[in-house]
Amino acid sequence: MVAIVSYGAYVPKYRIKVEEIARVWGRQAKSISAGLNVFEKSVPSIDEDTATIAVEAARKAVEHGGINAKEIGAIYVGSESHPYAVKPTATIVAEAIGATPDLTAADYEFACKAGTAGMQNCIALVNSGMIKYGMAIGVDVAQAAPGDALEYTAAAGGAAFIIGREGIAEINETVSFTTDTPDFWRREGQPYPGHGERFTGEPAYFRHIMSAAKLLMEKVGTKPSDYDYAVFHQPNGKFPVRVAKKLGFDKKQIEDGLLCPIIGNTYSGSTMLGLVAILDIAKPGQRILAVSYGSGAGSDAFDITVTDKIEGYERMKLKEMLNKKEYVDYATYMKFRGEFR
Amino acid sequence: MGVARYWREIPARYNLIGKKCQVCGKIYFPPRSICPTCRRKSIGKMEDYKLSGKGTVESYTIIYTPPPEFSDKVPYAIALIRMDEGCYLTGQIVDCDLEEIHIGMRVKACFRRIQEDGKRGAIYYGYKFRKV
Repeated sequence: MVAIVSYGAYVPKYRIKVEEIARVWGRQAKSISAGLNVFEKSVPSIDEDTATIAVEAARKAVEHGGINAKEIGAIYVGSESHPYAVKPTATIVAEAIGATPDLTAADYEFACKAGTAGMQNCIALVNSGMIKYGMAIGVDVAQAAPGDALEYTAAAGGAAFIIGREGIAEINETVSFTTDTPDFWRREGQPYPGHGERFTGEPAYFRHIMSAAKLLMEKVGTKPSDYDYAVFHQPNGKFPVRVAKKLGFDKKQIEDGLLCPIIGNTYSGSTMLGLVAILDIAKPGQRILAVSYGSGAGSDAFDITVTDKIEGYERMKLKEMLNKKEYVDYATYMKFRGEFR
Repeated sequence: MGVARYWREIPARYNLIGKKCQVCGKIYFPPRSICPTCRRKSIGKMEDYKLSGKGTVESYTIIYTPPPEFSDKVPYAIALIRMDEGCYLTGQIVDCDLEEIHIGMRVKACFRRIQEDGKRGAIYYGYKFRKV
């Protein structure tokens, strides 16, 4: 068996409201918020980036799990906003949690699903007996061109999962659904991503998430009503609600993991932060379906059962962290993001 | 700063690893190779010691005229912090209103970007502090 042994998360304390962004660009905040089901998003401080967020999340995972970091044999950091184009974020994390030098480490990029791809690698390495613990992190300080539709959602945050043999939540099965679908991209050397607008919906997000979810449920022999919770990638607050409905999940199953309306889309952090919010409240025996989505495109689906071990485990309390927030105006947000070049 | 110096100081900068004199038990940060109290008796007896990261603001100042590499961060607070292990160090206080900072305030280390060697150079990370 393979399980989540511990987890950690970090979301910067600053927020910007959709209405503040809309004010600058002369748009109707109410219709944007209603259209996207997003009201505010997290903003990294001037000295925060993907590496600092990854380290904060990783440290919490190590601390809460009471893990000896030297026993972590692999660290994968999934992001599309690594601070360096060449030089791994994973080595910074490894050093900052004291896991070096006896481990393997690498950075992953697969749009918003690079973190869950790292989880699958850790599962495989633990299963094969190559490592005792593996750490997978999904994190982003999401990029969006000023004035672009993405700017209303592109947020900052990340989550770290430590995978091992036994833990607080068993991973019963994982499958992926992957095709070459150019719905969203960022070319080498370009600061902002481009996207296919409405093309990001049906042939991209919905097709991949639904296919991966169905594939997984078919493989393990489950139906939507067998799950207590479900979390789907959250590019906005509307897509995950719609995909849940299409698959046959009700609102109650997804509401606890739905963070996009209050923090925005944390790209590689999105599905994993949703899973953190669920693990924060889940009870032993409860079953969770988690399906990520990365443009380009692919989805990783996980079937998870919470174990008795969660009772004695010190949980993250992500929602308490999210409640400690401070709003900034658009100019401060741009300064924090380093947009004045 | 230069990458070699930064790299040498990574254990201290990332993880607050100082030194403990195995003769008198005193803890030093940044790390020292000899204990100034025990002197030659401490040679070879200074061991790595990881600070907990928790401390108390002993004094602080608000910087309005910074070195050029920190000009985008003004105004910011630099505090003298008494770590729970007894040693002192200076660090920036982040995610806190400047008016809120006071002597006696409890703080905990966090991991932040400190500076970079221009747009093409290395990025230097290290500890700063936030209110507990």
